Amino acid sequence: MRISRSRPGTMGIAALALGSLVLTACGSSGGGNSTTPDTPGASGTPGSSQSSAAKGRTAGNTDTTGISDTEIKLGTHQPLTGVAAPGYSNIAPGAKAYYDYVNDAGGVNGRKITLNIKDDTYNPTTTGQVVDELTLQDKVFAIAHGLGTPTHTAVIDQLNESKIPDLFVSSGALAWNQPEKYPYTFGWQPDYTVEGKIIGDYIKKNMPNAKVGLYLQGDDLGRDGAAGVKQFIASQIVSEQEYTSGNTNVAPQIGALQAAGADLIVGFNVPAYTALAVLTAQKLQYKPQYMFSSVAFDPQLVSGLLANFSKGAVSAEAGAGLLDGVSVTSYLPTVDKTDNPWIQLFDKVWKAKGDGKPLTNFGVYGMAEAYTVVQSIQAAGKDINRGNIISAIEQNGASFKGPWEAPFAYSADNHSGISGVGISQFKGGKIVQLEPVMTTGDGDTPITPAKVDPATPPASGIPE
Amino acid sequence: MALDSPDVTDGELLGGGSRRVTGDGSGGPALMRSNGVKHLLLVVLAWIGIFLLVKLLQDSNPFRVTQLATMAYYLPAIAGLTVLTGVNGQISLGHGALMAVGAYTTSVLLQRQESLPFIVVVLASVATACVVGYLVGIAAARLHGPYLAGATLALAVGLPGLAVYFRDFLGGDQGLRVTPPSSPAWFESITGDLGRGYVTVLGWALALSALFFLSNLVNSRYGRQWRAVRDDEIAASLLGIDLGRARVLAFVVSAGCAGVGGSLLAVVTRLTAPLSFTIVLSLFLLTAIVLGGLGSLVGAVLGAALLTFLPTFLNNQALAAGLDNSQAANLAPVVFGLVLVLVMLLAPRGLVGTTRTAYYQRRARRSRSTGA
Repeated sequence: MRISRSRPGTMGIAALALGSLVLTACGSSGGGNSTTPDTPGASGTPGSSQSSAAKGRTAGNTDTTGISDTEIKLGTHQPLTGVAAPGYSNIAPGAKAYYDYVNDAGGVNGRKITLNIKDDTYNPTTTGQVVDELTLQDKVFAIAHGLGTPTHTAVIDQLNESKIPDLFVSSGALAWNQPEKYPYTFGWQPDYTVEGKIIGDYIKKNMPNAKVGLYLQGDDLGRDGAAGVKQFIASQIVSEQEYTSGNTNVAPQIGALQAAGADLIVGFNVPAYTALAVLTAQKLQYKPQYMFSSVAFDPQLVSGLLANFSKGAVSAEAGAGLLDGVSVTSYLPTVDKTDNPWIQLFDKVWKAKGDGKPLTNFGVYGMAEAYTVVQSIQAAGKDINRGNIISAIEQNGASFKGPWEAPFAYSADNHSGISGVGISQFKGGKIVQLEPVMTTGDGDTPITPAKVDPATPPASGIPE
Repeated sequence: MALDSPDVTDGELLGGGSRRVTGDGSGGPALMRSNGVKHLLLVVLAWIGIFLLVKLLQDSNPFRVTQLATMAYYLPAIAGLTVLTGVNGQISLGHGALMAVGAYTTSVLLQRQESLPFIVVVLASVATACVVGYLVGIAAARLHGPYLAGATLALAVGLPGLAVYFRDFLGGDQGLRVTPPSSPAWFESITGDLGRGYVTVLGWALALSALFFLSNLVNSRYGRQWRAVRDDEIAASLLGIDLGRARVLAFVVSAGCAGVGGSLLAVVTRLTAPLSFTIVLSLFLLTAIVLGGLGSLVGAVLGAALLTFLPTFLNNQALAAGLDNSQAANLAPVVFGLVLVLVMLLAPRGLVGTTRTAYYQRRARRSRSTGA
């Protein structure tokens, strides 16, 4: 017979609720031990149609909200707390540091650029709320660098309906490139299919006998990437394994790849799952080669995660050792390349305007995006408004020079961003280039070597 | 057996009159007995108030209008949870998942059947949430305390995963886009163009309807049964109450309210994605009912307001005080935690319960000193 009262004590409930808040705080940016769901891609058709009447989709829009004689207000939504915060929370501070650097030199056309950073905890509902706050209350001119596929999907309709520029989404989903439907939205980083195609092409040319196992996140990040790879090496693929984000046991997937005899694992996944895959393979005495897409791999972050997930059994140094020989796509210089002039510039900016911690590759990513925004604002000219900044990017974006290793594909019919990646290898603590940067597009666009001379930063550090 | 001992604050919902009906029934003016009419009046007045507020803020401060919409989707879910926990004594850590059920039903229907009237969509969302609530309720009726918490926690963690598993139907990680209902012509001819304020006004109409429904239900035979089950199972069975049935019914009602909240969340947010329904949402709902006061619908309104307005307010205060963005973003969870600790230490019945107790104590003292 039960005698206990069934009514839960108020204190008990309060304790639970309190536990909740602790849980929430645990994922905050300081405690970098959580998974890092990047930006799984969204479905959506690439908008590269052969439209002729593309000019002037935004021409009538002379709205100058957020612009004064002395200021341009930008806003962004970023995961500063929560599961996606480790790593990603360093992007917006990087961008802000670069804007501050430009502002110290007088800004653009006498206007200082301010970036209002809002935390959306990587929750699309919150993204909607903070973007409302930015656009309706703070009245920003544009949303810049909004991070994440599901999060940004929640606001893309509303931004385009309100005719607010939505510059350079921090995600490789194909969905941002729909200029007919979303004239105000631009992607920035290479999309996942572009990465997949270049990886597939590289393997076909250089490792024709490799037995390839695909290791994929079970969403469009995995699917778009795999679609690109399969265009080239469908016959070399011996097994294809998907994991579900949130389930941290990948032994079934890695075991299946091992059983299929795969000697090269190609991964389209987020950094936490890179660490899990490498650890699991080690436990199974399985020693394949690895090749990851750019979102999956950052040496600092992944070796930290290895130490963390193995509960100290693998130290950060040993973790870096485990990762030795891993190949990865890349399109920006990395912080270990201290002789790269862009890294030198960004390091200088970060020392002057950053938070005192060392510069990370995520910070470099943020600064490179900010550099693109500054170029766009310059291209729009003195009489900048919400309409002409869009046409300025469509007309001039393809010739923007900066730290990116392949040119932008921007045009009136293409809002997709950086058009290619190079393939590098993590070896002896350095990232060494295996194949020069190649460019391509979606669909069956051919792959061609990028025709750019390595850009050097202007002496002032500000685009000219 | 005192089912509703005077020191327990519950059963008092909109307005303070319900105690007389649910308690010992010792009189009170006839008007006070007619809670239904009074609550209806309150609800209609509240809705008109919201409508005027939306009109007033529409141009001057449109962000507040969207915040009111946010509050409208929290409100029914919190109200349903506070009734479940405060009145029936069951705990649920899975209400975020039940909101997801409502939100996904709404999104799928709006995507495939654009011509459906919105009220039908909402009712369908309530129905599916009730079905899920019924299934969970059957399990919940057999469980107690931490076991019940654990089972509902599993719901909160597991259910959103279905959206990823059935990704062709439910959109996977990137979710389903939602086109919010637009204002019908006849309505617009009366109100003028409300823009996005229409969703706010619509949301509040539904949220207040849910409150009205709950306030009457709690003061009915069912509410008395639920309290009886909460306070003493043995006594309740001796009175002929089927414990299991009473618990399941409470869970179903509460799930239906979460369904309304989820349905509104979908049209306010315009996207239904699994990341919106993490365990954190369920736990925030729980925080809101504890802060407001368990079992109190007025407390639910207060809890919804805190969840909506406090984080933004704190973030802006912190930035104004010179903290960096990351520190400011961490401030809201810290303050929620501190407030929760303080409320439990100083006002364990929640903000509403404590205020009400103080009021009754003062009135009792006054009547002692003046009267007999």
